Amino acid sequence: MTTEVGPETEVKKDSEQVGADASEEATQSQEDIKCEKTLSEEAQDSPSSPALASQSSPSSQKKEKDLSESKGISRFIPPWLKKQKSYNLVEPKDEAKKKAVEEGQAVETGECQLPEEVTPPEGNLEKATAESQQVAKANDKEEEKHSLSSADTQPAKEDSKETEIKKVSEEQEEKQKIEGKRETKEVQTAEIKMEKAPKKIKTVQCKVMLLDGTEYSCDLEKRAKGQVLFDKVCEQLNLLEKDYFGLLFQDNSDQKNWLDSSKEIKRQIRNLPWLFTFNVKFYPPDPSQLTEDITRYFLCLQLRQDIASGRLPCSFVTHSLLGSYTLQAELGDYDPEEHNNDYISEFQFAPSQSKEMEEKVVELHKTHRGLTPAQADSHFLENAKRLSMYGVDLHHAKDSEGVDIMLGVCANGLLIYKDRLRINRFAWPKILKISYKRSSFYIKVRPAELEQFESTIGFKLPNHRAAKRLWKVCVEHHTFYRLVSPEQPAKAKFLTLGSKFRYSGRTQAQTRQASNLIDRPAPYFERTSSKRVSRSLDGAPMGIPDQSLLRDFSATTVGPAGGVVFDGEAVGQAKLKDGKGRDEDGSPTKTPQLELTQDEKDLDKTQDDLLKHQASISELKRNFMESTPEPRPSEWEKRRITPLSLQTQGSSHETLTVVEEKKQAEVGIEETVVIDEINRGKMQADTDAGETHKVEHLSKKDSSSSSSSDSSSSSESEDELVGEYQPQHRVTEDIIREEQEENEGAKKKEERATEIIQSVETLQEGSKLKVTVEHSQVTAKALTQENAVTIKTGEKNVMEEGKREENEEQLKINGDVSHVDIDVASQIICCSEPPVVKTEMVTISDATQRTEISTKEVPIVQTETKTITYESPQFDGSAGGDTGLLLSAQTITSESVSTTTTTHITKTVKGGVSETRIEKRIVITGDADIDHDQALAQAIKEAKEQHPDMSVTRVVVHKETELEEGKE
Amino acid sequence: MAGLGLGDGGSLGRCSHAVVRSLSESLCQHALRREKGKEVDFARAEREHQLYVGVLKSKLGLQVLELPADESLPDCVFVEDVAVVCEETALITRPGAPSRRKEVDAMKRALESLNLNIVEMTDENATLDGGDVLFTGREFFVGLSKRTNQRGAEILADTFKDYAVSTVPVYDSLHLKSFCSMAGPNLIAIGSTEAAQKALKTMQQMSDHRYDKLTVPDDAAANCVYLNIPGKGHVLLHRAPEEYPESAKVFEKLKDHMLIPIANTEMEKVDGLLTCCSVLINKTSEL
Repeated sequence: MTTEVGPETEVKKDSEQVGADASEEATQSQEDIKCEKTLSEEAQDSPSSPALASQSSPSSQKKEKDLSESKGISRFIPPWLKKQKSYNLVEPKDEAKKKAVEEGQAVETGECQLPEEVTPPEGNLEKATAESQQVAKANDKEEEKHSLSSADTQPAKEDSKETEIKKVSEEQEEKQKIEGKRETKEVQTAEIKMEKAPKKIKTVQCKVMLLDGTEYSCDLEKRAKGQVLFDKVCEQLNLLEKDYFGLLFQDNSDQKNWLDSSKEIKRQIRNLPWLFTFNVKFYPPDPSQLTEDITRYFLCLQLRQDIASGRLPCSFVTHSLLGSYTLQAELGDYDPEEHNNDYISEFQFAPSQSKEMEEKVVELHKTHRGLTPAQADSHFLENAKRLSMYGVDLHHAKDSEGVDIMLGVCANGLLIYKDRLRINRFAWPKILKISYKRSSFYIKVRPAELEQFESTIGFKLPNHRAAKRLWKVCVEHHTFYRLVSPEQPAKAKFLTLGSKFRYSGRTQAQTRQASNLIDRPAPYFERTSSKRVSRSLDGAPMGIPDQSLLRDFSATTVGPAGGVVFDGEAVGQAKLKDGKGRDEDGSPTKTPQLELTQDEKDLDKTQDDLLKHQASISELKRNFMESTPEPRPSEWEKRRITPLSLQTQGSSHETLTVVEEKKQAEVGIEETVVIDEINRGKMQADTDAGETHKVEHLSKKDSSSSSSSDSSSSSESEDELVGEYQPQHRVTEDIIREEQEENEGAKKKEERATEIIQSVETLQEGSKLKVTVEHSQVTAKALTQENAVTIKTGEKNVMEEGKREENEEQLKINGDVSHVDIDVASQIICCSEPPVVKTEMVTISDATQRTEISTKEVPIVQTETKTITYESPQFDGSAGGDTGLLLSAQTITSESVSTTTTTHITKTVKGGVSETRIEKRIVITGDADIDHDQALAQAIKEAKEQHPDMSVTRVVVHKETELEEGKE
Repeated sequence: MAGLGLGDGGSLGRCSHAVVRSLSESLCQHALRREKGKEVDFARAEREHQLYVGVLKSKLGLQVLELPADESLPDCVFVEDVAVVCEETALITRPGAPSRRKEVDAMKRALESLNLNIVEMTDENATLDGGDVLFTGREFFVGLSKRTNQRGAEILADTFKDYAVSTVPVYDSLHLKSFCSMAGPNLIAIGSTEAAQKALKTMQQMSDHRYDKLTVPDDAAANCVYLNIPGKGHVLLHRAPEEYPESAKVFEKLKDHMLIPIANTEMEKVDGLLTCCSVLINKTSEL
């Protein structure tokens, strides 16, 4: 959430200086400003930034800001990542070339942003307006960046840190105002804004089938992201441990798709009705580790559906046993008077249940006497979790020989079934890469013990959508269950081909941690009868008419408009729930209302009859031992929502710089990844508020190539044909190595190294201006702010060997890259410039430049070069002249054919504060086969895991692409 | 509630009943065997079998149903192949060897008398020998051998829906359990031959669960009978030291087990091992 104004301004300046780039950069700066805005709601003047035209009404802007503040999901994403969303490409200098280039860029931008952003330009305008936070850009194309804004639309939940950040940002804003403004752009922006303003209000009614068979409906902003709806539903349900759940929608081919929280709903469901099903997405392998009974309850409801629909196969005995726990949970102790033989036939325990089974259920029910509903649920789950198909998401496929098989994705990996028989299994650690191409799905598997080579196994899916769906599910499951924290989608942006999709939610590890912080009293909730659930609600069998249901519910009143879209039976059961109550005060209006239905002991929900409901409880002699005082969701919700990283951040400062360089096509691809980590032993208390993050984006294109579209562009559209994902493992040591091995092609040429260096040089060229600007800005801010935080000394730079890449990096770090030739000396000089950087500052600088690259080294090949830098300047603009005392410095270099890893460890002491900086540079070299994003991601991941308390502060991607005509 | 619910592997070997069958004299001449070898000493085979049954009955206190021999069924003593019992459900198999198909009848009656849920494998295309079925307490492994085919395994999977059923190719042995068996709740006894080790690797890869392994020098000795008897704890019937001294030494390292060496020399000549001669059942409730 930490974004800094500073860099933007820099960017602006920069852009001004480089006249040609002005427009693009302006956009970027706008974006940045937007981020800034979110932070600084208190800023009086709307025109916090020049780009944001003053014309637009301040108040409206303000509101927008407020909205954006909350950015639900984005909070959980490391700041530097978020940056990327707003990342922009530089516009071509030449107007003539502009358009063509823009197209390519637009797509690219899409990559960087959340996937949906990739969609065609036309939508962009609308988007911008809908998400008010976005300032319309002069160029339509550039509006693609709006992803960020949409993410922000969630209900605001603030934590203390944010407030801090706000303060900072305020200051920054002021500065910005002072900075020069560009009138033209302002005007344009304003205009666009005004036009769009009315659209903002558009809302759509959304319906969500809940696990208990009721329907929840609410109005959503048309451009709301999935997260908004999901959060609303969870709030309605009073569910805190929500990371295990998700929303499903059914596409035209009746396939179920998970709603991506990070993307706009509209873009995902397209023309489908706004109709969703709330389901368990990740089945907890050990439900007893869930913190709250209410979570277990929802899991039980899901499993009852799974079982009744046959998706979760059970033996007779297990059906009976689970059924008996269901009875115990819902009806309480067996009561011979009340529970005659009929009571049971209304429940569904199995896809087809015999009288014999029902008798067995009753028999077992009698033995559960005394179990509370919560206990019964726990027993239920303890048995259900051992079922072999528990939590296995099945997908139809064919193997390489065309034989029908099923692929099952689960917590531990990928299972291959043929007619219910498990014929193979690939645990996540075994899988090196997951990809899909058109309708094929591939896994690359680690070599077996005695084998030397990885093997790639392909499966054929019914169509490419199915392949992609499977791929996404794999990516998500791997991330959720296997990783400590989600992989950074960031790299996705660097990716040149295929889907950028990554799981953006919390991992199991993270959600468990978060759950530990829950300390509300156990929330009161009502268990509803599962008979309805199992028969009607269940996603799969929904279309199957169930006579008994109709019979049971025909007499019941149906909530207004309930289940309009659902088939009759569903309608009967669906009740419209009004979520408003909750929203108002956050108090648990959640308690479902129950009403005794006319017939028998069937419980039915109605909107308003709480009293009746209670009466019914007593009638049914339910034993709600676990129900407790009312929860106060609003309180702990906050806590819970606060990203863990932020919470614990206070004492450590982290930076990580990643530089990736990429060359593509026949020329081969080289990637350089530099990971720079800084660990500060001590930080001043106030630093916790913010890491400063700066994102720079440098883009260069060979002039000769400007007319062709970027070969690396890709989109996350539903139709995209390829996607890759390389699972990362908790033990990441060998990831890079694996990567190398994969890139056999890379081993051939050493010449490429030269190319890399060259590209690096150009990169620096391009970046210098911006960086310089940054510095001044940073300095200024630092001065204004009282608390000086730990300062990073630039001494480390001196220590470092004169390696070229390093030099380059140094330059960037220092922020002063004024030399085309890089040499250490100059760097040092530069270092001395910026005195103090305040860590609380949030910086986003997104600058792109276009420069020409001489292609002489590769004469025949037209190349396109792009450089993207993400940097978080917090780690001190590298005050080389600082007073820090260098304690020790160490450089370790290891090289292999395709990878060079350089590690610098520098310890300095300054004013009693000791700092250890670990800088890691990883250069990955390879040809087109390499998945650079993956490689980069892995490098980052590895670095992060090795130094969990550090963060990535800078990512530089340099990419050179051979351009082919007509190729996208 | 004991006995109900899915095991976590800890209930493996729980056993109240056993079904065995006497040897038919035709065994010596007509029992199927993979390779010609020494002639079976019937008297000695009978003695060994009686000892085996005696251990189950007297020493371990199981209720043993002894089915009479049928001279027309030379292999009838190997009851394991004709039924797979897990919890309250019994799958009556369709043995891979046509000459053995009639063996199921007596078994079916016996199991019915125990009030088990009986499932019959009626599919003409399916074959399954119980000797190819390894139940670990958490999941099934089914060897695909000359006696057991995919369809048979599918039916087994349909019968025991709670559990994962993974298939393991078996090439050089009669059955999957010709070189392995469970020696404890989480312990797989495995032979040392390449085929055995390879099969183990397959099983390990297929499983979400990590098993310990007990490697014994002799494949045949890796076939042992593990029981968990109230009051006696872990009980392991394994091959006698006179037969497989090296393997016996390995078993003797199992300190927590009550070890009962049992000679099975004669039956082995016709590919019969320790698990082959009984079907173990854990009856927890009388329906």
